[in-house]
Amino acid sequence: MNISYKGQITFSQFINEHSQVITPLPEWAQVDKTLIEYYKLMVIARQFDNKAIALQRTGQLGTYASSSGCEAIDVVTASLMSKEDVLVPYYRNHVMQMIRGMKLSDILLYWGGDERGNSTAAQAEDLPNCVPIATQCLHACGIASAIKIRDQQRATVCMLGDGATSKGDFPEALNVAGVWQLPVVFIINNNQWAISVPRSLQSIAPTLAQKALGAGIRGEQVDGNDVVALHQSVEQALQRARDGKGPTVIEAVSYRLSDHTTADDATRYRPPEALKSGWEKEPIKRLRDYLHAQGWWQENNETEWLQQATQQIQEAVDEYLETPPQPVSSIFDYLYADLPAQLSKQRDIAVSRSQNQGQQQNHKEAQS
Amino acid sequence: MKSEEAICMVEAINLALHRAMQDDADVILLGEDVATNGGVFRATVGLKEAFGIKRVMDTPLAENMIAGLTVGMAVQGLKPVAEIQFMGFIFPAMEQIVCHAARMRNRTRGRLSCPLVIRAPYGGGIHAPEHHSESTEALFAHIPGLRVVTPSSPQRAYGLLLAAIQNPDPVIFLEPKRIYRSQNQHVEDNGKALPLDTCFTLREGSDISLISWGSMIKETLEAASQLADEDIQCEVIDVATLNPIDRETLLASVGKTGRCVIIHEAPITCSVGSEIASILATEALLDLRAPIARVGGYDTVMPYFRLEDQYMPHTDQIVDAVKRTLEFN
Ligand SMILES: Cc1ncc(C[n+]2csc(CCOP(=O)(O)OP(=O)(O)O)c2C)c(N)n1
Ligand SMILES: [Mg+2]
Repeated sequence: MNISYKGQITFSQFINEHSQVITPLPEWAQVDKTLIEYYKLMVIARQFDNKAIALQRTGQLGTYASSSGCEAIDVVTASLMSKEDVLVPYYRNHVMQMIRGMKLSDILLYWGGDERGNSTAAQAEDLPNCVPIATQCLHACGIASAIKIRDQQRATVCMLGDGATSKGDFPEALNVAGVWQLPVVFIINNNQWAISVPRSLQSIAPTLAQKALGAGIRGEQVDGNDVVALHQSVEQALQRARDGKGPTVIEAVSYRLSDHTTADDATRYRPPEALKSGWEKEPIKRLRDYLHAQGWWQENNETEWLQQATQQIQEAVDEYLETPPQPVSSIFDYLYADLPAQLSKQRDIAVSRSQNQGQQQNHKEAQS
Repeated sequence: MKSEEAICMVEAINLALHRAMQDDADVILLGEDVATNGGVFRATVGLKEAFGIKRVMDTPLAENMIAGLTVGMAVQGLKPVAEIQFMGFIFPAMEQIVCHAARMRNRTRGRLSCPLVIRAPYGGGIHAPEHHSESTEALFAHIPGLRVVTPSSPQRAYGLLLAAIQNPDPVIFLEPKRIYRSQNQHVEDNGKALPLDTCFTLREGSDISLISWGSMIKETLEAASQLADEDIQCEVIDVATLNPIDRETLLASVGKTGRCVIIHEAPITCSVGSEIASILATEALLDLRAPIARVGGYDTVMPYFRLEDQYMPHTDQIVDAVKRTLEFN
């Protein structure tokens, strides 16, 4: 019998969970500049995350999906993307949005239940957060098709979770990306959980990256807590896409350090030992210890940066909290290019109802 | 679970699932996060522990797969009860529901059938993220071969869910999550199903009929009791099964009162309310003494939650609609 096909999936790691270099570092990682940049971005991301959770707990933000544990993936990928590349995020990529220029206050606006968090100038051609799981994979292929049809040298980056790889949209997207050789990079944040469902119940395939092989495209696994491994894979995949050399699937192996969202309680289903081992591998401490050991980052740098981050985040929170809600007419104003006559009537009713409520409110306040 | 205590709707659903699984070994449960986690709203808590992972299954994340599996299980004679985590994520399952579940009996001339239930929490009012608050019951009510059922109290949730599971045809069982925990009732765990395809008259009155379902029953009952203080007697009808609709109860009520308001959360256009208005207009025209009034959602996308409250119909709108209808001569 002949072998018709034989595939393999590589796993790449440079700095391991003990902050030791196990693979010789590429040149850029032998100097401090980029690594420190990555570190600082991850720290601010984690600070922001803690703040957002605190806001939710005190009723000042809606349900929020934490980014704790995927900072390395988001920071490295967003940093390597050019302005012209297009980001197709899911709902856990606010760190990428921050790096691509979105104001933290606008990110809070989205999670605070306000559509304006999807409409900032900084987002340019990037898509807004995608909530229906895996649907964004096909949008990414459509965007990549547009890029290809117009002979542009841009890449599309599609973010998704491990759970999303089970939904038909994902293999459908890989398939068309392969057949049409689309300039798209799929990055799976394999954080081991889809709410309460562990990675092992999504698929018995040893890796998620190998799903690429079924579509005839490149797939690889990287340590999603190692900024160097991520940098190497993502940079190459982006370049391949821009050069018209086709799509790539990168499975970034990480760990969800938080509840699924603030509406979830992971203690119901996640053994504490699993979480503990997740924390032992997490990206920020790993890089901090490495930078310390190199003598590139000291206690005073840390203190200063934390202070700066805290202040920047507090300013964003203040701005968010001071943003008044949209007028009720906004429910109608973006539905169609031109509002149909029937809806103008409904709009008038909504506006007058809200004015009446406002008057009643003022009246009550005047009386008390 | 102790049935002597007053329980809320989500507990009543849980109780019905326990009872159905206890009474019938063919009843099995599947969905995302239903087994170990007990469902994101806790509706399936304890079932995995009671009946094991062969009958209570956490599935991979894929709604089309879930619906397709239930079709296959059902044609084998199992009675699958699938949970779609939120109604906003049911759309990948549409093909399986519409092209297969709803028509298996018909296309095999009764050789095969689909005694399946698809449960999904629906509706707004809990400040959820986008896609978690819509009311798209009309999409299902439009499909021949499906039953669409929605309860409005713990007792009806228990009885109607048992009925849905026992029913030999596919049932879309929509759970109004805004009232999952808003009312506690004593629910007797007697295994008794309530009838499907019948409306429930929750309050009798002679002046006007208020027709609603799901979570809006709460505001409708509030409006009725406020209006009673002004000596206006409202009849409140919970439609409960949105397809097939029990026309007799609606026609009899409007025959008596001559006036009606239809109340729901979904956008007004092409809604189940439109169908009810059409039934009344075609079959009760001579009984009507005022135009049919409607209180519903705007024909817009459900806004993110900061403006959600402005979208949802409120009690005062129902009261106003009743008064306008009564003033009509
Ligand atoms: C189509 C669809 N089904 C169900 C949900 C509810 N849901 C939200 S997140 C989630 C789990 C996603 O897990 P994964 O893809 O691993 O991403 P993670 O949140 O872990 O980053 C589920 C089931 C949804 N948003 N969309
Ligand atoms: Mg995941």
